[in-house]
Amino acid sequence: MIEIIDPGLLTTVQDIGRPGYAALGVPPSGAVDRPSLIAANALVGNPPGMACLETTLTGVSLRLPKGGVAAVTGARAVVRVDGEEVAFGEPFAADPGAVVEVGPAAEGVRSYLAFAGGLDAEPVLGSRSTDLLTGLGPPPLAPTVAVPFGPGPPIPPDGARHPYAEPGSSPGIPAVAANPVLRVVAGPRADRFAAGALEALEAGPWTVSPRSNRIGVRIEGDPLAPLAGAGELRSEGIVTGSIQVPPSGLPTVMLNDRPTTGGYPVIAVVIEEDLRIAGQLRPGSPVRFSIG
Amino acid sequence: MSAIAIEVRPCGQRAFLIEAADNASVHALAERATGVWPGLEDVVAGHRTVLLAWPTPDDLPKQGEVEAALAGGGGGLAPGERQEVVIPTVYRGDDLGAIARETGLSEEAVVALHVGASFTAAFTGFAPGFAYLLGLPRELQVPRLDDPRTRVVSGSVAIAGEYSAIYPTASPGGWRLIGRTEAVVFDPSSDRPALIEPGATVRFEQVAP
Repeated sequence: MIEIIDPGLLTTVQDIGRPGYAALGVPPSGAVDRPSLIAANALVGNPPGMACLETTLTGVSLRLPKGGVAAVTGARAVVRVDGEEVAFGEPFAADPGAVVEVGPAAEGVRSYLAFAGGLDAEPVLGSRSTDLLTGLGPPPLAPTVAVPFGPGPPIPPDGARHPYAEPGSSPGIPAVAANPVLRVVAGPRADRFAAGALEALEAGPWTVSPRSNRIGVRIEGDPLAPLAGAGELRSEGIVTGSIQVPPSGLPTVMLNDRPTTGGYPVIAVVIEEDLRIAGQLRPGSPVRFSIG
Repeated sequence: MSAIAIEVRPCGQRAFLIEAADNASVHALAERATGVWPGLEDVVAGHRTVLLAWPTPDDLPKQGEVEAALAGGGGGLAPGERQEVVIPTVYRGDDLGAIARETGLSEEAVVALHVGASFTAAFTGFAPGFAYLLGLPRELQVPRLDDPRTRVVSGSVAIAGEYSAIYPTASPGGWRLIGRTEAVVFDPSSDRPALIEPGATVRFEQVAP
């Protein structure tokens, strides 16, 4: 069990989310930096998709009343157990009653704190993820809230010991990009923008807005011009990574807690591999787009 | 199934957005796609589009395959069973009087038109289980509120523009409220979480308070 002391700006329970319910208006949710979630689970011997904590910029502090084994990945931060620094990106054991602190993110936004056995919370539509858009899943964590561990020790799906849990066999901790570039595929609605809009998207310069969250990353810069006379778009399905452009002309990169349909044209979509980069974009930092 | 005029648009590495002529074609395409690709992760109806999303980029068929499978006609797929839903409704919404004044109808006539209409769930959005219902009689098509309410109670039956809808949970909202239902519109613990799925036929039935 964990007991939250200070959740920082925002700490939520996240697993791989609840894909497959978009037709009913349910966002996919889940860890926005999925490779870091998987890496954190691997470090403590969990199957890849178990529930972890996802922090936001300022870290988290919590108590382990009965101790436990944990690891931190994602946004690099100083990790302390009862005040003693332990290695980021490596599993560590904590004694009963120990206080674990994940410090502010030195780079990126979201750190992932996994515990051997995972975290238990009431699953909703197959997932323990907090969805900020709809309120599905457990509420964001508050001081004194306790979250039990899942059943442990975890058993890997194939019955074998998870290879990542072997010392020295870690797949590597995904690094947060220093000069983030999001590779994108043009469309589906690039033709609703004035000539040169895709070039303008690539040229930038763009800055990450502080008004960003798990629903979307707002981007600031020179507005993209719509195609004259294109008219209003009717609501249509979108995907995680869709770059929506509202009438302001300023793009928003949709993240995991996004709505399932939207009425703003999508000029391009971020490729799967770069979604985690979008999820780690720091407010105020520059970002570039590259059309593949 | 006969041929449907479509346009297939790339949408990232694991999805296509299919444009169709109208919302009826959207549901026919959704059914056909589900039959052709059972491994689809999401089939998301829009007003005149359907989004097809596969689990990974490796699963994505070629654009030409999608065009051929969806536009070619034939295919021999039986149309899926259309879900039919009846919503028992108490017509005492806060905007009923204003709608009557704006439309020049009596409140009874507004209710009669809504009860007499057959709706189709065009697509879902805004909130889990919030279905945009097409089929609102032209006489009842009124604009949404300029100043949305900060809280609309769950089960509120509402209209705005060419749509009607039911608020599944309490939320802010700008639609015009005509009634309320006790029906559970979204239940995540159910095997069928949404009472109204895209493509469903929906009717409203007036009940006493």
